[in-house]
Amino acid sequence: MDIIVCIKRVPMTQEVDLEIDPSGKDIKKDALAYVVNDWDNYAIEESVLIKEKLGGTITVITVGDEDDEDVLRRALAMGADKAIRIEPGELALDGFIISNILAQVIKGLDYDLVLTGVQADDDNFGMIGIMLAEKLGLAHSAVVTGFEAEGSEATINVELEGGMDEVSKIKLPALLSIQTGINEPRYVSIMGIRKAGKKELKVVKVEDIGLSDEDLVRQTIIEEYFLPPETEGAEMIEGDPSAVAEAILRILKEKGVSA
Amino acid sequence: MGEILVVVEHRQEEIRDITFEMLFKAGELCKEFSHTLTAVVFGGKEAPFIDEIAKRSDNVIYYEDDQLKEFNADVYKACLNGLIEESRPFITLIGHSSWGMDLAPALSVKTGYPLATDCVDILIEENHPKVIRQIYSGKVFQKMSFKESDGYIITVRPGSFQPPETIENKNGGVIKKNLPGELPESPKTFIKFVDSGAGEVDITQADLLVSVGRGIGEAENVEAIKALAERIGGVLACSRPVVDKNWLPKYYQVGTSGKSVKPKVYLAFGISGAFQHLAGITGAGTVIAINKDQKAPIFRVADYGVVDDLFKIADALQEQLKEG
Repeated sequence: MDIIVCIKRVPMTQEVDLEIDPSGKDIKKDALAYVVNDWDNYAIEESVLIKEKLGGTITVITVGDEDDEDVLRRALAMGADKAIRIEPGELALDGFIISNILAQVIKGLDYDLVLTGVQADDDNFGMIGIMLAEKLGLAHSAVVTGFEAEGSEATINVELEGGMDEVSKIKLPALLSIQTGINEPRYVSIMGIRKAGKKELKVVKVEDIGLSDEDLVRQTIIEEYFLPPETEGAEMIEGDPSAVAEAILRILKEKGVSA
Repeated sequence: MGEILVVVEHRQEEIRDITFEMLFKAGELCKEFSHTLTAVVFGGKEAPFIDEIAKRSDNVIYYEDDQLKEFNADVYKACLNGLIEESRPFITLIGHSSWGMDLAPALSVKTGYPLATDCVDILIEENHPKVIRQIYSGKVFQKMSFKESDGYIITVRPGSFQPPETIENKNGGVIKKNLPGELPESPKTFIKFVDSGAGEVDITQADLLVSVGRGIGEAENVEAIKALAERIGGVLACSRPVVDKNWLPKYYQVGTSGKSVKPKVYLAFGISGAFQHLAGITGAGTVIAINKDQKAPIFRVADYGVVDDLFKIADALQEQLKEG
């Protein structure tokens, strides 16, 4: 089975104080570390698991600058065969434009399955995969937590709200947006990434893939970024751990739940 | 004026809360800007919930067909596309649920209407919709507008709007429609629903939940919090990353895709508070959160907060309990 996986590099923002950039339309990113988007990591792992079972090839694609090649190399180390980076230059992107770019490049490739993450950790749009499916005329499903191929079909699980899964059959080729927890992504060593350096990583420029001007006009416009409005928030319990523990136990007693 | 279309989400003959939330917000916008609220229902024959929808809408368009008992993105998309071509609604609202995420982006491409997803608020300024979104796990908010169009599609984050208990009956008229004859065959076939949250522990019944999140670091560390939960007379629970990493089974999971809980006290260790998790603890009496990150969103909803290493606090609690 030939699989295409669309991935993205995102800043790590847990346990970091974020600040708004002077433009008011972004966050300050210079001090942030970057990683592969968590959902995409599961999508890559799923493609490798399928390949290990059924054979075929895996192509990973990202739209981004040279630094974003990190996540492509990481995916190659996990087991992908080829990588493509599409260089957007100075183009202002949104989900609509990115899905146009991906569709245009993927159109020319052979595949049975396209995987994306459900959403990205940074702007959590959760739209690119399914937009891409519609542009490629593919069957699609979002928030997939299980995949089992049987010939030209697959049985999939979709995670619904409230601890419920939907099981259905989908015809291939299809696009699935992959949810976290579907598998256990493998560990990637520095050595592994170095070794994968020999694999093909192709760079193409957006202006060379034949999109019209209209395809590159944003459908959504960022007006401003702002920090969450101040709320009363939690009453903070200060002090050393034993003082904090004492306070917590007092609260439990007050609420009638202490042991 | 224009029309606001709300796509009704239901499952196993029950309306999902997101539907009421969207109808409420759409109703507010319609009142303020003199728009018409049209609800679109795809349902089986004589769907039991049509009246509830009609009470909250000016018009109900009801595609009645037994193959519509459950969601199918392809059928929904084909019908909505036809409907949108016909009536050019100003705003189409869809829930930002698993199903909505499968439908809205495809519908946006098909209709050419710009899409904004996962919105927590909708404003109309000078006849143009604008949306508020939360990004970077809720640490930053974003205000977004659209490219000029005659219609827009917006998906709404569940829990963003709180409809009141009592409503004024709008008595919307129900227009029944048949499925268009030339529907393309769907490449997807529904097989069944599976309860993925059932297990040996029922976290929904506990008075005291001791819950762990990503901050626990590794599988071995879960044991310490489990021991604390037992010592303290509580029940262990967790947030999504702990289940994703297979550190605990799914029946421990609190949140949108897990369980909604209502303990008297919810003690959260190393849980940052993604909105999906917070949506599951709105019924909790008192929330006490322990997290290293003082900007963690959970502190915005917690009653008490501790900025510290969770293991230090867990150890100190064990110590105190021994002494006591």
